[in-house]
Amino acid sequence: MFKEKTTEEIQAASRIAGTSKGAVYNNPRYRAWFYQLAMMLGLLYFFYSIISNTLGNMEALGAKTGFSFLSAAAGYDVLMSLISFDATDTYARIFVVGFLNTVLVSVIGIFFATVFGFIFGVAHFSHNWLIRKVAITYVEIFRNIPLLLQVFFWYFAVLSALPGTRESLSLGEAFFLNVRGFYFPRLIGEGGSWVVYASIFVAIFGVFFLKHWAKKNQEKTGEQFPVFYTSLGILFGLPLFFALVTGFPFTIEYPVLKGFNYTGGITVIPELMALSLALSVYTGAFIAEAVRAGIQAVPHGQTEAARSLGLKENRVMSLIIVPQAMRVIVPLLNSEYQSLVKNSTLAAAIGYPDLFNVFVGTALNQTGQAIETIFMTVVVYFILNMIISFLMNRFNSSVALVTR
Amino acid sequence: MKKISSLVVGGLALVALGAQAGTLEDVKKRGVLSCGVSTGLAGFSQKDEKGNWSGLDVDVCRGVAAAVLGDASKVQYKPLTAKERFEALRSGEIDVLSRNTTWTHTRDTSLGLNFAGTIYYDGAGFMVRKAIGVKSATELDNANACIQAGTSTELAIADYFRENNMSYKAVTFDTSDQTRIGFESGRCDFLVSDQSQLYALRIGLNNPDGAVVLPEVISKEPLGPVVRQGDDEWFNIVKWVVNASIEGEFQGVTSANVDKLKKDGNPAQLRFLGTEGKLGENLGLSADWAYQVIKQVGNYAESFERNVGQDSPLKISRGLNAQWNKGGILYSPAMR
Ligand SMILES: N[C@@H](CCC(=O)N[C@@H](CS)C(=O)NCC(=O)O)C(=O)O
Repeated sequence: MFKEKTTEEIQAASRIAGTSKGAVYNNPRYRAWFYQLAMMLGLLYFFYSIISNTLGNMEALGAKTGFSFLSAAAGYDVLMSLISFDATDTYARIFVVGFLNTVLVSVIGIFFATVFGFIFGVAHFSHNWLIRKVAITYVEIFRNIPLLLQVFFWYFAVLSALPGTRESLSLGEAFFLNVRGFYFPRLIGEGGSWVVYASIFVAIFGVFFLKHWAKKNQEKTGEQFPVFYTSLGILFGLPLFFALVTGFPFTIEYPVLKGFNYTGGITVIPELMALSLALSVYTGAFIAEAVRAGIQAVPHGQTEAARSLGLKENRVMSLIIVPQAMRVIVPLLNSEYQSLVKNSTLAAAIGYPDLFNVFVGTALNQTGQAIETIFMTVVVYFILNMIISFLMNRFNSSVALVTR
Repeated sequence: MKKISSLVVGGLALVALGAQAGTLEDVKKRGVLSCGVSTGLAGFSQKDEKGNWSGLDVDVCRGVAAAVLGDASKVQYKPLTAKERFEALRSGEIDVLSRNTTWTHTRDTSLGLNFAGTIYYDGAGFMVRKAIGVKSATELDNANACIQAGTSTELAIADYFRENNMSYKAVTFDTSDQTRIGFESGRCDFLVSDQSQLYALRIGLNNPDGAVVLPEVISKEPLGPVVRQGDDEWFNIVKWVVNASIEGEFQGVTSANVDKLKKDGNPAQLRFLGTEGKLGENLGLSADWAYQVIKQVGNYAESFERNVGQDSPLKISRGLNAQWNKGGILYSPAMR
């Protein structure tokens, strides 16, 4: 934001720029720089000493240091991996496996936390007594119970109580749920399947275009276009149409019980389910509070003005209140998302193979290289949170109040 | 600025504490031995309702305390998970790690640690639920395994399944309790661990009769106490306390007859118990160090039977862990 400079500031600036004749060390600007620089160097020296000292001590103990362990075979297996992995692969690959698992659980967690947060946050203002009470109870319960306890609850109390493999709950011999996870069929694309994939992209672009057009059109003519249902139609209709035209170029791989386990299809392990559930329900409660605060920050006059224009209740919410509330909500979302990523390290408690668990946990233990593994992991969490921050800041400036 | 420089100095001082020799002096000065044990494993290290620790691993701690401080009860126990144990030792939080830890080449050579002997020759094995009707590990293809994270077991099972061209899913947990619950809830078909620990875990199940331990032993797991590398004096003490317990059995010295033998035993016994010679002095300990170990903790046989053998719920037979002249491989170097 620009603001007019006061005369004092202008004077100060010209003084700093060297118009005054005082000695360099009396110049407040140089002095400030000097202190900053000294502080920086001090800090750098501090960290340098800590690290070199510790490494020196480790070497004195006869412990191995350095990053050469990354190319050694890990020799142990991980429960879940988005890329192929077996015990002969390296620690470097374990690092990637853990990283992807962390990203996966974070993305799932953030998505559902946002959904829960907005549903329960808005429900707080419902005219229905029951809905309102449910929303309040949700927030009060899940915000006040330690997250670790919730992780244990979902994992050891809820998901462990599911039936065994042979007694699985099933739906149409295609979906199975048991104590070892949730299994569902997988589509495997064949020859012409790219046409269908392409049509999905086209449909997504089409929807964006449609939204844009509908808005313009409404501004011009005042007519409303049923964007939602048309979008739904495009999103599902287009790929379906092409799938039919190309003669459904997919095979469906169903999960089948083979020996001890279901194989084939896609498996969602209970560790992932429990962790995503706990993270999204917990963080959702905080987001619900943020949403509530955001909505309450919108002056009541806005609601009344919207009503007097004849807007229906739900449109008042979605067109007038929530967009304005976003200015308050988005910065809060940023920190909730960041906490969620950091909280995902509770994975170790139930054995979900996230980065922290497989790297700072097992790899550190097997190699003894604490400094190296912790350093690498810290950097990853730091970068992940920087990315969230960056994206949310972009989003924030797009919802910020635009004065015309 | 002043604050910052003092912060720097403080930080450096803290880090510089890392490497240290002189564990013996530290322990003597402190008057109590800090010993790392498991979080609770029947027969090896286990706490009763009154807060007293017992077990084969605990007896190593008690033996060292008896030899160094003259009192086997002067031990402070630190329960550690498999993942935490080596860092706890390296950072100086504990003086000895005695937590069913397998002596492996990698651990001995790259962690900055030294293994002070073997107190139990073990091997990894499998426990399955009876209901699945498996008689041999070779029938476990495509099954799920419950494993404790940060153990040598994780490596042993990967080898075994690869060697036999079978696949499995490794479900790992941080503590042995969680591992057991995972097994009981049916998340896994079998639990892998050192055989001795399988027996210990089995008696802790809600329904011990519903589980069986399979006959296969898939790896070598010699378990023993560990110390920091670079403190040879301390390394020697722990090593010879382990040997004293084994030698005690070999020479027929028990906690019951040790007082008598200290006076009128044969030359080897008199030397062992410090009546003659200067074995204790060479270790930097009092002459009666081994006497204290046997008197207060008992010899290996006593310790074994009391904790994991016939006088315990585990009822493990001596097997490999018998003296070399009784069909086992226990052998203490010469006590002279
Ligand atoms: N001997 C192996 C395995 C040791 C181990 O941690 N075993 C588990 C058995 S499930 C245990 O004793 N857990 C007890 C605890 O975590 O306190 C090693 O050194 O890595």
